[in-house]
Amino acid sequence: MDIPSFADLNLGVTLPAVFLALGTTVLLLIDAFLPKERRHLTAWFALAGVLVSFVLTLFNFGSSETALAGMFVADSFTGFMNLVALTAAAITILLSIDYLKRTGNARGEFYSLLLLSTAGAMFMASANDLIVVFVALELLSIPLYIMAAFRLNNAKSEESGMKYFILGAFSSAFLVYGSALIYGATGTTNLQEILASIGGIVEAGSSAIFYLVIGAALIVVGLGFKVAVVPFHMWTPDVYEGAPTPVTAFMSVGAKIGGFAALLRVLVTALPFLVAGQTVEPVWQNTIMIVAALTLIVGNFVAISQSNIKRMLAYSSIAHAGYIMMAVAAAANPFTADFAARSALIYLLAYTFTNLGAFAIALAIEKDDGSGTDIKDFVGLARSKPVLAAAMAVFMFSLTGIPLTAGFTGKWFVFQATMQAGLVPLAVIGVLTSVVSAFYYVRIIVNMYLSDGEGDEAAGATPLVNWAVYISFAGTLLLGVFPILATNLTETVTLLASVAP
Amino acid sequence: MVPLWMYLAVGAALFCIGAYTVLSRKNAIAILMGIELMLNAVNLNLVGFWRYQAPENMSGQAFAAFVLVIAAAEAAVGLAIIIAVYRSRRSVVVEDVDLLRW
Amino acid sequence: MQSLALIAPLIILLPSLGTIINFFWGPKLNERFSSLIGITASASTFVVWLVLFSYLNGNYYQPAIVDLPILDGWIRIPSVGLEIPWQQRIDTLSVTMMGFVTFVGTLIHIYASGYMHGDPRYARFFAYLNMFLAFMLILVSGNNLLMLFVGWEGVGLCSYLLVGFWFDKKHGVGLKNSNAARKAFVANRIGDFGMLMAIFLAFWTFGTLDLYKPTEVTNPHMMEALASGGGHGEEGAAPANGAAEEGGHGEEAPAGEEGAGDHTGSAAQLVSLASDLPIDQEGDHGEAAAEDHGESASEGHAGPVIAYTDNTHLTFSQLGIFAQAERLAQLGEGETLERGDGTTAGRMINFGAFELDIDTVITLITLFMLLGATGKSAQIPLFVWLPDAMAGPTPVSALIHAATMVTAGVYMMVRANSLFHLAEFSSLVVTIIGVLTALSAGYVAMGQFDIKKVLAYSTVSQLGFMVAAVGVGAYGAAMFHMITHAFFKALLFLGSGSVIHGVEHGHHHAHEHKHDDHGHDEHHAETFDPQDMRNMGGLRRKMPITYATYLIGTLALAGLYPFAGFWSKDEILADSWVAAIQDGKFAGFVALGLFVAAALTAFYMWRQIEMVFHGSPRTEAAEQASESVWSMTVPLVILAVLSLLGGFLNIPSGIGLFSFGLQGVFGEHTLSTWLEYSVVHLHVGAFQPLIAIVSLVLAVAAIILANRIYGSNKAINSEGLDPLEANPASRPIFALSNARLYWDEIYGRLFITPFNRTAAFLANVVDMAFLHDYFHDSVITKGFNGIGRLLSHPIDLGIIDGAVNGIGRLTRWISGGLRRTQAGYVRVYAVALLIGVVAVIVFMLLPVLQG
Repeated sequence: MDIPSFADLNLGVTLPAVFLALGTTVLLLIDAFLPKERRHLTAWFALAGVLVSFVLTLFNFGSSETALAGMFVADSFTGFMNLVALTAAAITILLSIDYLKRTGNARGEFYSLLLLSTAGAMFMASANDLIVVFVALELLSIPLYIMAAFRLNNAKSEESGMKYFILGAFSSAFLVYGSALIYGATGTTNLQEILASIGGIVEAGSSAIFYLVIGAALIVVGLGFKVAVVPFHMWTPDVYEGAPTPVTAFMSVGAKIGGFAALLRVLVTALPFLVAGQTVEPVWQNTIMIVAALTLIVGNFVAISQSNIKRMLAYSSIAHAGYIMMAVAAAANPFTADFAARSALIYLLAYTFTNLGAFAIALAIEKDDGSGTDIKDFVGLARSKPVLAAAMAVFMFSLTGIPLTAGFTGKWFVFQATMQAGLVPLAVIGVLTSVVSAFYYVRIIVNMYLSDGEGDEAAGATPLVNWAVYISFAGTLLLGVFPILATNLTETVTLLASVAP
Repeated sequence: MVPLWMYLAVGAALFCIGAYTVLSRKNAIAILMGIELMLNAVNLNLVGFWRYQAPENMSGQAFAAFVLVIAAAEAAVGLAIIIAVYRSRRSVVVEDVDLLRW
Repeated sequence: MQSLALIAPLIILLPSLGTIINFFWGPKLNERFSSLIGITASASTFVVWLVLFSYLNGNYYQPAIVDLPILDGWIRIPSVGLEIPWQQRIDTLSVTMMGFVTFVGTLIHIYASGYMHGDPRYARFFAYLNMFLAFMLILVSGNNLLMLFVGWEGVGLCSYLLVGFWFDKKHGVGLKNSNAARKAFVANRIGDFGMLMAIFLAFWTFGTLDLYKPTEVTNPHMMEALASGGGHGEEGAAPANGAAEEGGHGEEAPAGEEGAGDHTGSAAQLVSLASDLPIDQEGDHGEAAAEDHGESASEGHAGPVIAYTDNTHLTFSQLGIFAQAERLAQLGEGETLERGDGTTAGRMINFGAFELDIDTVITLITLFMLLGATGKSAQIPLFVWLPDAMAGPTPVSALIHAATMVTAGVYMMVRANSLFHLAEFSSLVVTIIGVLTALSAGYVAMGQFDIKKVLAYSTVSQLGFMVAAVGVGAYGAAMFHMITHAFFKALLFLGSGSVIHGVEHGHHHAHEHKHDDHGHDEHHAETFDPQDMRNMGGLRRKMPITYATYLIGTLALAGLYPFAGFWSKDEILADSWVAAIQDGKFAGFVALGLFVAAALTAFYMWRQIEMVFHGSPRTEAAEQASESVWSMTVPLVILAVLSLLGGFLNIPSGIGLFSFGLQGVFGEHTLSTWLEYSVVHLHVGAFQPLIAIVSLVLAVAAIILANRIYGSNKAINSEGLDPLEANPASRPIFALSNARLYWDEIYGRLFITPFNRTAAFLANVVDMAFLHDYFHDSVITKGFNGIGRLLSHPIDLGIIDGAVNGIGRLTRWISGGLRRTQAGYVRVYAVALLIGVVAVIVFMLLPVLQG
């Protein structure tokens, strides 16, 4: 085996993620050496780091190169996912600064953890090797475990962290076992090489196909847990409710970005021809379809009976994972794979803005002791905080999928992709459940606008939180009215480019 | 030479024992040990596969090394969280940790 | 001339500006300024409409497709051929809709400036009204189904906001209002599901959502008529002498015109003036072109040059969805046609796993469209929201829930007439739904006491007429009735608002006078309902202008000659009768049902007149009522004039002197002919004297009957009962009507309760109890404790009990015996995860094992 030269590593294209990962170490040092009265600056350094990485991503955008001896790939898919993850991180930083202060948890390592987790999501989006998928997944998850338990002396937060950790570690064991089986069947961990060797295995009909299928199933399980799809969703409501709200906000978005990026990459790039019998579609399509349908049904229906906004948004995030899962199912068809991947990207962007915005409002009305997150607490908000209420209404409409909001754009593309792949029943379930979702989203709006009562004074709505709301609000509307801004960026995304079917 | 399937069988058995430990033990530390067992079962698989299927390509060994490192990181974080829970509740029994439900 | 069409985007932009100003700065402005901005924004859309109207008239009714420069390529992914531009279509149908939307909208803005006086959220109200106008205009002018859907959802949103506008009213009224708003929203969401499915299916089948593409000929029949020099005898604007030879010249399609055809510019210009060179649709050249026109016009009368009289110059994929559907439906078995990009299209549409014939697909699309229309246009089974929506302020009821938004469903179906024409089964369903709605809503309106509820059910009933008209293919009649109905129903709603205002005013007046005598006035204030007709009576003398205009509206709605409703309702009846003769028995039921519904209309409207205006006042409040302010009465008068004259828009031929010789002024079948340029399958029906006489006799008889029952101050007897209610013979009939046929109750039983139960079941039993308790306690714990115990006490499994009594008791019960007070939840989650793992592996391995 040749030892690659430094130039072969092609470090340039890895810079956005690598910069962020290294930057966190520096950030820890900065935090440690800053005088106590200047510690509040750590958050701003973190934000600057995110911005630098954002700019670096933009410079690299549209390239299509591999790096680090083929383990890392930087293409439009990576670039778009990076932008989404970094946006999420930036908004989360804005949300965290005052929240951590008022709940007495303002410690600088929070931002290092957040950036590490973001870097994990970015590495997952650029993974071209099963080893990188696993390591990046852990880089994403381990900081999240700590962040979930970040509130000192808060039983709920600790419990949330513990549950997330036990179940997360348990599920990643399945993922890595699955990776090992695929390695055993193909003798490689590189996604392109796996793709190249699958054809022979399928045609020969050797027993290695069992390793492959079980391996693929276990990878679906491990990543399905991260993105919270049924039946791997049980942890979501508990963890979302207990974790500090900014962490919940980031978790609901960041984990999905990383999880879906890796899921699409592994299934579409490496395993599109994992077929059995006479079919054309890979064996994982049916599984993904059923998982998506179950996720849509359980997520949307159970959300109706929730009374806590964080739990409701947890079930809502399960439901939205179902919509993105529809796109993954559509990506099984080689002819629609690229369009489906693009629709998933657009959905993720739309979901990021909308969901972060919704969590920002929930954070604004939350009391310092973590109470005040009941749906009843939204009563009369339109009177006490008209701007926040209007923004929340738009977020809820966007989550429902009303036109001219980002949510509609996302749903539109995902449903289109599903129809194009010929999965009509799945599309029907998607549309029907999105009708059902109106019930619980509109309840918030009714509480804010149409119910009698004194509004909450929204103590958490500090200027920084307001800015986070404005950014999410602008993103939600812009993507709704000018979808072309996002679709232009996804134009060059292709997961099948390297090998023609 | 010991055939490959024996390594795989031991690996699978270890993995199942680990999973069983996670499901059956109440003590959080024991659950953590179960998870470690599962990860090490994977290592056994990886190294076995490397030796028999693709000895010219080091990625199996590299993977195993990464799994080891990550297992250590997970254990560290897990223990820290368990200690935090123990400090507030004086218990590491996971069944006592049930504030969040429904 | 064509540059005139380029101002079309303004018609959306102006009300949007009004919304923004009033929404953000409204609270800082005073009432006068807020209303001024609202009214100006609305009135300026009407001015834009005038320009668009004159554009069409000056351009031989040829449609234009206008791009918005800044939204160029609204949604576009070239690599998969997905392209949905933001385009407005200016044709006779959309301009007709825009006409009455902007006109009635402006009047209602003026009215609202008086009606909403003193409301704490005055500016917000005008912001919402303007926003509604903007969305409504997007709906009617959009050139693709997605824009139509954006408007569709937008008007629904505004309706939701405006119905619940008074959510903070005291004494539980606010709660009722917000519930009504939610009901409207949810019912409309169900309809929206239909629309979305229709859109997806259409996109899948045709690969585009554009209704029409640039240079596409909408109605070849009319183009040929135009080319052969004279159209359908329209009033004045029809091309004269020069047209014939110039038209012939055009049919040879000179090279220059070919160039124009290939041009994929913004305006769908098919006709140009004689001296015109190839039309350049680039914006820069627009002015130059307009000057050319001016010169040629001054040279003398020039006819149009027709570039194309049909769509043979366009390939399949260059057509909009309607023309594509027609081409596909004409194909024989196994025939294919070139798409134009190398691929071919056949009758069978591939949906991945299965294939469907184009006829089936069109039927599905139209049925889904119908579901959408039943939501928005309040038809059975989704009409229940409209009567409740009367909780909103009265101008809202008049604008949104009578004149404009609720007609969107009918508009959409008329727009899609090509599809409905191809789908006979769907047309049949449309007809049945329309007739049933017209009948049942008319019947329910008979037994209501709330002045606005009567009008609401009347609206539902009249919409049923329009839908039935669409079903029998009488698209012109449906549009005609939509326009006249917009006039007189807006008039009636505004009149009822004026009555409510007057009675409320009278109530306050009476209240002040008696203040010294009564200590418990507060109680009185709570129970008085200014909308209850039992509290009215004798308002004729108190509110003379309101009375006179209301009477005109009533006669128009009842269909009395020569009011507007007579002409339009008669055309629907006549067309459905003709359809009955042509198609046999079933359509006969249609005509009969509509006759009965028409008689019911006259009856309940006259009952209302007797209860509200005639007789003597029944309450202190009615005694003290006074006429409303001028800003409210002026719109009433204007609308009354239109209710009187609106029918002459579409005078049928062969009517002789009964039209007062107004054919000379208005022409015959003016509206139908005008619409025919955009509605391919519109048929101009002849006048049926017999039908007219029968319907007139029925209406007069119903009015006389109502007068006998309710007249001479008998409208409400001393016990506060309706005469029909007091008479034992008619009591059941009245009671059933008063209870609104129990629709809401049936829905509660059928849908709402099971829906809530399902949600609760999934939340409590399936997601929690099943995984937490059943799996944990039964599978793991019990497994440890031995199978014997399981067999000996099967009920300990807790399945039966758990399902019945829910999770709480089950947990306690089992744990009591097993000393497991709290299930270890983390581990239960892990079990669920493991089960998921096994399920996924098994499911993915199955095909491998089979294969």
